[in-house]
Amino acid sequence: MIGIEHYIVVSAILFVLGVLGIFLNRKNIIVILMAIELILLAVNINLVAFSAFLGDLVGQVFAMFVLTVAAGEAAIGLAILVIYFRGRGTIAVDDVDRLRG
Amino acid sequence: MFYASSLYFTGAEIGLSLSALVLLLVAAWGGQKTARLVTILSVAALVGATIFSIHLFDTASVEIAGRAFGDLYRADAFGSFGKILIYLATVAVLIVTPRFFDHRGAYRPEYPVLMLFNAVGMGMMVSATDLMTLYIGLEMSSLASYVLASFLREDTRSAEAGLKYFVLGALASGIILYGVSLVYGFTGTTNYDAIRVAFAANFSTGALFGVVFVLAGMAFKVSAVPFHMWTPDVYEGAPTPVTAFFASAPKVAAMAMLVRLAMEPFAGEVDSWRQIVIFAALASIVVGALGAIGQQSLKRLLAYSSINNVGFILIGLAAATPGGVASVLTYLVIYVAMTIGSFTALLMLRDPSGEPLDNLADISGLSTSRPVLAWCLLALMFSLAGIPPLFGFWGKFVVFQAAIQADLVALAAIGIAASVIGAFYYLKFIKVMFFDDATREVEKHSPTGHWTVLVICVLIISPLGYLLTIPLGDWTTRAAASFVAVM
Repeated sequence: MIGIEHYIVVSAILFVLGVLGIFLNRKNIIVILMAIELILLAVNINLVAFSAFLGDLVGQVFAMFVLTVAAGEAAIGLAILVIYFRGRGTIAVDDVDRLRG
Repeated sequence: MFYASSLYFTGAEIGLSLSALVLLLVAAWGGQKTARLVTILSVAALVGATIFSIHLFDTASVEIAGRAFGDLYRADAFGSFGKILIYLATVAVLIVTPRFFDHRGAYRPEYPVLMLFNAVGMGMMVSATDLMTLYIGLEMSSLASYVLASFLREDTRSAEAGLKYFVLGALASGIILYGVSLVYGFTGTTNYDAIRVAFAANFSTGALFGVVFVLAGMAFKVSAVPFHMWTPDVYEGAPTPVTAFFASAPKVAAMAMLVRLAMEPFAGEVDSWRQIVIFAALASIVVGALGAIGQQSLKRLLAYSSINNVGFILIGLAAATPGGVASVLTYLVIYVAMTIGSFTALLMLRDPSGEPLDNLADISGLSTSRPVLAWCLLALMFSLAGIPPLFGFWGKFVVFQAAIQADLVALAAIGIAASVIGAFYYLKFIKVMFFDDATREVEKHSPTGHWTVLVICVLIISPLGYLLTIPLGDWTTRAAASFVAVM
């Protein structure tokens, strides 16, 4: 029987993968955008699982809002990435180093 | 009746949203040449929203305490106070912005529109009394901020600042959201009052994790120390007026949101979050002071200064009393005046060809080339350092007073000792201006708008500011009383 614990564990693993994806990734920024999506989806799993477990609809409404915001966030992230690429000609993480003090 | 009162309480946000949408259409149809017009109309909309918020602040003692839309949103005195400060800071930034971009021919009508959307989001942040409204307000403000940071599209530094801000801001939002989902799961509600009741009945480990995640994400948004690393990079890379904005209005909004979270849903768990806040406060003060010492870029220096100031504000929050909340608000008012003033002065520093100057060496000998500006900066720096005749001292004083009244004597003592380290680089700033020989030519004239903003800020932080102590104390006490009613 799949219980609430299983959902929480899966979402915790996805969340940690997302955070590690941002910090350990040495390749390119697209991967970071994917990691951010992963974090938001982990949260959505949590919200929907809790919502079903509690028999309360608020969690599912919240998940809808999160999906909407995630779409907007991805659009803005990609737009910023495009202007960055136009200026620098690269999206490798190691090259993001103009600002350092 | 219910909707009528809800619409009335959210009037400032609704007005700003509608003006932003109309102005966006004006910008889309009119193109580049409408930039000035859109800016003026945005300032008018913000002034209108400020007046409405002042009206709400005056009538805050209404029977239902400003609850709107089923208690998703609350227009109490605290929220109105925060909004007035946020809108005024945004107006000041909009006044000093156009000239910076005009020099590069990059000013667009979308800029003030983004500021308006940002202001709507910030207003929702300070008034949110439900985790859902909190998240939507936070994202509305953040998404507009990411675009603003990369507004100078052809400048790679601006694009990089936008990218860094986006990645780390999205991570912070994700952390807050994960905490929110845990709090929801372990309490079964997203409403602040209901969360407090549920926590009082049973505060489980899962809920504690939720609270810690939310607070960690909030520390990110206010750039308190373990999560401050984005601040210097973003502040340096973003266009200077945008940096002035980031250092003022969104910081007020995030801090007000943190205060409301700590004093409403988490009010019963003071012992759980107080240690985190105390650690973040002391670490911010020390790192903010030490990090600034070697910096050559003035914007980076002011970034560390803002980290340092956030530490002092958090000391007021650590007191966790209405007096502590009042001291946080007092400090925020003074902090906004100091920050806007410093960045406006920075915007007035240009070489004769109009290029902005942003290096510590560039301001050497400023006391002979632009004496009035140099004296204004002197007042601002002394005020930031908290040296007595200036009003910056009062902010630190009320914060430490609140900490001592809450029996946090050790915290106050360490905070005062650490504030001395900060004085070092403010004094260095002054030394370079007044005692070093000039190395660069500086443009002698600045527009009236800049002077107006600078003079208002300098008057507030000058010893004349002490005339404000009584009304300011009265207003902040009334704003902090919003939480007494709840608790």
